[in-house]
Amino acid sequence: MNARRYMLEVRGLGKTFGETEVLKAIDLNVSEGELVFIIGPSGSGKSTMLRCCNRLEEPTSGAILIDNARITDIPRRDLDRMRLNVGMVFQGFHLYPHMSVIKNVILAQIKALKRPADEARQRGMELLDQVGLGHKADAMPSELSGGQQQRVAIARALALDPKVMLFDEPTSALDPELVGSVLKVMKDLRDKGMTMLVVSHEMAFAREAADRVVFMDGGYVVEAGTPDEIFGNPKSDRLKSFLSRVSGGAH
Amino acid sequence: MDAFIDTFFNIDIMRQAFPLLMKGAWITLQLCAFVIILGLLGGLALALAAVSPRGWLRWSAVIYIDFFRALPPLVLLIFVYSGLPFAGINLSPFVAVIVAFLLNNSSYFAEVFRAGINSIPKGQTEAARATGLSPAQTMTYVVLPQAVRNVLPDLLSNTVEVVKLTSLASVVSLSELLYSANMARSVTYNSSPLVLAALLYLAVLWPLVRVVSRYQRGLAVH
Repeated sequence: MNARRYMLEVRGLGKTFGETEVLKAIDLNVSEGELVFIIGPSGSGKSTMLRCCNRLEEPTSGAILIDNARITDIPRRDLDRMRLNVGMVFQGFHLYPHMSVIKNVILAQIKALKRPADEARQRGMELLDQVGLGHKADAMPSELSGGQQQRVAIARALALDPKVMLFDEPTSALDPELVGSVLKVMKDLRDKGMTMLVVSHEMAFAREAADRVVFMDGGYVVEAGTPDEIFGNPKSDRLKSFLSRVSGGAH
Repeated sequence: MDAFIDTFFNIDIMRQAFPLLMKGAWITLQLCAFVIILGLLGGLALALAAVSPRGWLRWSAVIYIDFFRALPPLVLLIFVYSGLPFAGINLSPFVAVIVAFLLNNSSYFAEVFRAGINSIPKGQTEAARATGLSPAQTMTYVVLPQAVRNVLPDLLSNTVEVVKLTSLASVVSLSELLYSANMARSVTYNSSPLVLAALLYLAVLWPLVRVVSRYQRGLAVH
């Protein structure tokens, strides 16, 4: 049961690159405060789908709504304001290497959100504390571990007070021992009521923290349900074979 | 041996020629200042055009850059100074040199800036745009600072080329350092003023060349 409103709606989303149809009529809803996990083999279109949600990728067809606003109708030159509502975290962190940690977190607050500098700094410090890195505010990104860099990247996205957070394989580039700290930050965020759409291979985390899990393959949503349904009682053969391959690889 | 020193390292003649050479050096310095500062600004503008998503702008910039990099600067200088008057455009030697070398050198600076911009991973732009920064803000605060840092040795190296290039101005009778030295040579019947001019160029450029090569070695280590 879910009486909450949708924060993110994907309706009939299609995307082709040249001749290749990467996404074929994807439908997906994320309610306010929900954490939805997207799993699937590589090349299944998960990341492309995610990148359409803030129009880093241009959808070929279909519509995407953020908090009931059709972001697919926005002209290209007016995308910046929309993107303030949609935080994104990348596999490769992409911190700005020439700026200190706190400046990474402040930049868009001042330049895009037009927040006064002292307020931006205060909000930045709050968020760095929240991700456990307040003491690294003046460090340069190159002085941080991958896990720490990713937590700064999360703080950078949160600093704009987005309505939705998109995570594109946030732990895939991390050494195994650093994954936990990033997942913990994501779990805290979920507990605070952030709406999150996560593409990831962290099945154990999906089981533990996701409200719903969506399985994509070949540009389609093949199956969606609660973690118990998806992991405990997969219906389609494709999901069964995917799960056996993933768990086979883990052991 | 005495004859050699007398011809090339005659202190008395150098002393006589020194004030004239200093005047020449001052003109050379002014030329460098104009060509380097305007060349950097023009080069940056061209590089931004060359990476623009607008096709016509990108192609215009690429054609400009290729054209002026392929054209020998001396040909360009003589055309601007001696060719344009036939079209009613008369430029003083000083202005002609600046115009010609600016056309030539902004294209070199543009190429360096463009390489720098292209060296920045796409993820940096995507991360910046994803936080709502505009294309111009992304370029200004995220891409360019990193790009310039990456190509600093090449910018410096190109600056050294500009200083050397200005000696070509002597062919349009602009009394910069080389022209003044050659003048002094013809008056004194002695080559020492030319040697002095060469020493002045070396005194300025050698340290710069040193810095460039140290910088490049430093980058290679990392």
